[in-house]
Amino acid sequence: MNIAIRKHFYGDIPDEKSGGNSLNESKYESSPSGAAGHDWPLWEVFIRSKQGLDHKHVGSLHAADAQMAIENARDVYTRRMEGVSIWVVESKYVHASNPDEAESLYDPANDKVYRHPTFYKLPDEVEYM
Amino acid sequence: MASDSRLVAFKDVKYNFKKYSDMELHDFDQIFLDKIDHEIKIEPRDWMPDAYRKTLIRQISQHAHSEIVGMLPEGNWITRAPTLKRKAILIAKVQDEAGHGLYLYSATETLGTTREETINDLHSGKAKYSSIFNYPTLTWADIGAIGWLVDGAAIMNQVMLCRTSYGPYARGMVRICKEESFHQRQGFDILYTLSQGSKEQKEMCQDAINRWWWPSLMMFGPKDSESPHSDQSMRWKIKRMSNDELRQKFVDMIAEQVKVLNMTLPDPELKWNEERNHYDFGEIDWVEFWNVIKGNGPCNKQRIEARKKAWEEGVWVREAAKAYAEKKNKRQTSNGALEAA
Repeated sequence: MNIAIRKHFYGDIPDEKSGGNSLNESKYESSPSGAAGHDWPLWEVFIRSKQGLDHKHVGSLHAADAQMAIENARDVYTRRMEGVSIWVVESKYVHASNPDEAESLYDPANDKVYRHPTFYKLPDEVEYM
Repeated sequence: MASDSRLVAFKDVKYNFKKYSDMELHDFDQIFLDKIDHEIKIEPRDWMPDAYRKTLIRQISQHAHSEIVGMLPEGNWITRAPTLKRKAILIAKVQDEAGHGLYLYSATETLGTTREETINDLHSGKAKYSSIFNYPTLTWADIGAIGWLVDGAAIMNQVMLCRTSYGPYARGMVRICKEESFHQRQGFDILYTLSQGSKEQKEMCQDAINRWWWPSLMMFGPKDSESPHSDQSMRWKIKRMSNDELRQKFVDMIAEQVKVLNMTLPDPELKWNEERNHYDFGEIDWVEFWNVIKGNGPCNKQRIEARKKAWEEGVWVREAAKAYAEKKNKRQTSNGALEAA
């Protein structure tokens, strides 16, 4: 099977297409609908399963607008009562750090072991600390 | 100069060449292999060899197609389920399969293809799907056999894939495994009920088992010695156990469970081997296996026609949803403008 690879990485939306930039909005919001659903945007889905917990990323789906995205997210990701709250965000609005820069981005945190409580040796008599 | 070859290899990718000016292709490859060896998951934006990406696109998309096409043989019996409870359960199972297809199509998209390309490959015949779904469901007992044997085989494979090296695929598998276990139980439950019933029901049960046993074994793919993709898939930890290993595990499990049904498996050579501590079993009909994969199974044409029809008849829905979303959007922005003014 010959596969044409277009390396447009998931989450790596190029600057021209990413969201949250007023210059870009007008260019990409009103595209014609002739492509039979080919341009339903991609949405990321986050679900909070119980009051008090945080929303977790559960997956993605294509939908025409936010309401449809939420309804489809309910159908697909909460079939077993997994949700009290659903967030959907168009994928273009998710900005991500570059994984190749992970080492240098997080380097300052690696050698600050004194941020961890286990670094500190207390006398045995001290209680509740 | 080295940078030219990198430009060709990383076409369209935004990489800061200055930052990596000292790194060669084999450095990236080494980092990738180190991650694999250390059980670090590969995520969508990580560097990966083209071949890794291609083989994953092939495997995950074909897995997704299998889920969607798999809805068809079972959907066939929703209107004829014997009780309301069985009907509701079967609907829930088929609905789950649709969801599984979605998780897997989404995982495929993270690798750089679009949903449309993936679906086109299925409709054009370029992409394959699990050969098991090219068999017809002739009786209600078939639904039981599918749940027990086919979903059972799928679970064996999917549990192994929960540890696959590609992050989105592994996470999709964890989710799918949670949902899949009820599928196998409902299948066994159907056959168990039949096996306790009338003479006709027992015969129907045995007949379904007879027809679904060998195709279920074929689900594990060709023998290791004849599997072209296996070595590379194992090196990259896409696959964690070989076809033959999984198949043997499955046989050992089912050979015991079938006793509870008071039924037999249609294999005269099936026998416990004390030395190996496994069941010996007969040879699969590989001619049938390759024929069905090539498209000559009993239902191949039917399955693809059904999928194409569903896609084509859904065009108006997709267009209408898009048009409606745009109309709502325009109305909201013009309202906003009015309020501001």
